[in-house]
Amino acid sequence: MTDTALSTASAAHAPCPRRPAPRVWALAMGWIVRREALRFLGQRARLVSALVRPLVWLLVFAAGFRAALGLSITPPYQTYITYETYILPGLCAMILLFNGMQSSLGLVLDRETGTMRLLLTAPLPRWWLLTSKLVASTLISVLQVYAFLGIAAALGHADPGWGWLLALPTLFLSGLMLGALGLALSSTVRQLENFAGVMNFVIFPMFFLSSALYPLWKMAEASALLRDICAANPFTHAVEAIRFALHGQANWPAMGWVALAGAVFLGLALAGFEAGRGRRRAR
Amino acid sequence: MRYAAILALLATPAFAQGQGEIWVTNEKDDTLSVIDVATLEVVRTIPTGERPRGLTFSHDFSRLYICASDSDAVQVMDPETGEILHDLPSGEDPEQFVLHPDDRRLYIANEDDAITTVVDTETRSVIAQIDVGIEPEGMAVSPDGRIAITTSETTNMAHWIDTETEALFANTLVDARPRHAEFVKDGTELWVSAEIGGTISVFDVASQGEIAKIGFEIAGIHPDRIQPVGFELTADESIAFVALGPSNHVAVVNAETYRVEDYILVGRRVWHMAFNADRSLLFTTNGVSGDVTVIDVAKREALKTIKVGRFPWGAAFRPAQGDPA
Repeated sequence: MTDTALSTASAAHAPCPRRPAPRVWALAMGWIVRREALRFLGQRARLVSALVRPLVWLLVFAAGFRAALGLSITPPYQTYITYETYILPGLCAMILLFNGMQSSLGLVLDRETGTMRLLLTAPLPRWWLLTSKLVASTLISVLQVYAFLGIAAALGHADPGWGWLLALPTLFLSGLMLGALGLALSSTVRQLENFAGVMNFVIFPMFFLSSALYPLWKMAEASALLRDICAANPFTHAVEAIRFALHGQANWPAMGWVALAGAVFLGLALAGFEAGRGRRRAR
Repeated sequence: MRYAAILALLATPAFAQGQGEIWVTNEKDDTLSVIDVATLEVVRTIPTGERPRGLTFSHDFSRLYICASDSDAVQVMDPETGEILHDLPSGEDPEQFVLHPDDRRLYIANEDDAITTVVDTETRSVIAQIDVGIEPEGMAVSPDGRIAITTSETTNMAHWIDTETEALFANTLVDARPRHAEFVKDGTELWVSAEIGGTISVFDVASQGEIAKIGFEIAGIHPDRIQPVGFELTADESIAFVALGPSNHVAVVNAETYRVEDYILVGRRVWHMAFNADRSLLFTTNGVSGDVTVIDVAKREALKTIKVGRFPWGAAFRPAQGDPA
């Protein structure tokens, strides 16, 4: 579809005479979720890579480090745990992080191919369309987390329990926060080639400067500054919220931090897309 | 009437509803930590003589015997008040002991003197002193009371003592540094753990011949760190839990096949252990980390780790007041 055709379509929808019914809003979200799901199912390699990445960490990295890292008893654990047990919540968060970034990559691709513009011509507010997109990608992320947990349990590295069910809201909230970050980034990344920078400057620092692989007290032994950076990292709070949730407990401060960060990232994303529209109009 | 019953229930003292206590000796603090089985918290800390290690209750749980190694004494404590009633003439450096089924004779390993001292706890006198191997440590007595065992850490032997004559009648070689011994299966088998050898030797009591040897292997942990010390068996004696010292694990051993079925992560340098009343929970003393790990026996998983004093060593169960032993 050419830009001219798109602007015609946009013009056709722009003067929206009436506010759409709530059913239309829900329908739009449903179709966006469906589209994302179909897109995901069509990308088998994406599912495999989403599962292989944390499994390699669990089966290779954790096995190598289990004797090297002594873990003192920190909440929510009440006794000594293996390193595999420790990093499992971090790897769940890793899936959410990578998937959040991957969906932002998808948005950049959508923008390059023009699909994004087509989506934004729908007679619904832009914030709703983008939030729907975020919800869709988060649902897929959460499904991947449960697939990972299932494989980890089958390999004897996790024990299914009520915590897995109780973790659902926390996983969804963390997924939304990380997806919103991806959305905010995609509003600034203009070309697909620039996405490598996102990997180097966002994903890796966010993952390694967190409590996903090592507890904060261990980080404090190396540097108090590093520990403080880790403590401020929203990804750390997502990991800790998931850790407590999988253990059947709620970590309200961590969840509050995740919700706050998610709101900020979503606000930045919406502002970024609004600014983008302004620039296009100016052109 | 119904309200009266509810009020009566509420008024019942806490100890009557309790699930008993686990008593732990703290080697470096010269204290005992008392853990309430119901709350899994330390409820009392009681001072003892220097370097308390082995401990055991009299059959009616009215007296507690404590090996205060550096005080060269076996102390007798009133567990209700925590008061030391008197010392027994234990010989030098008592480390472990075992109470005979007659509830009167105490067989004590004197590590520095290479002897086993037999003490009458009622007359507080030494009945006999038996020469054994160098650095005696593990002590056991058969359920029928006819045989006592001393293991000697340096001689690497289990010494068999006839309790009628208080004399040795057999010596059997075991692997390096035997630390603990127990009679199992109604006294038909004797199990001896060897700390440096990394094994448990199983003997037929009738012939004193070795019938099996249990080895241990934990992925990612060097064999030198796998050092079996204390062990306990479930009520039906089908499963044994073996403390593996600095490997920080407890092994779960099938006592019929002598095969290791599982390993459970606990605190650092696990020494000894004690069950609760129904043997559903196992409490392990973790020397270096200074805590006690509680294991769910049915699930074979660690539930909680409780901070106690420095270098916890021995553990013994005491039922709640009014409960059967």
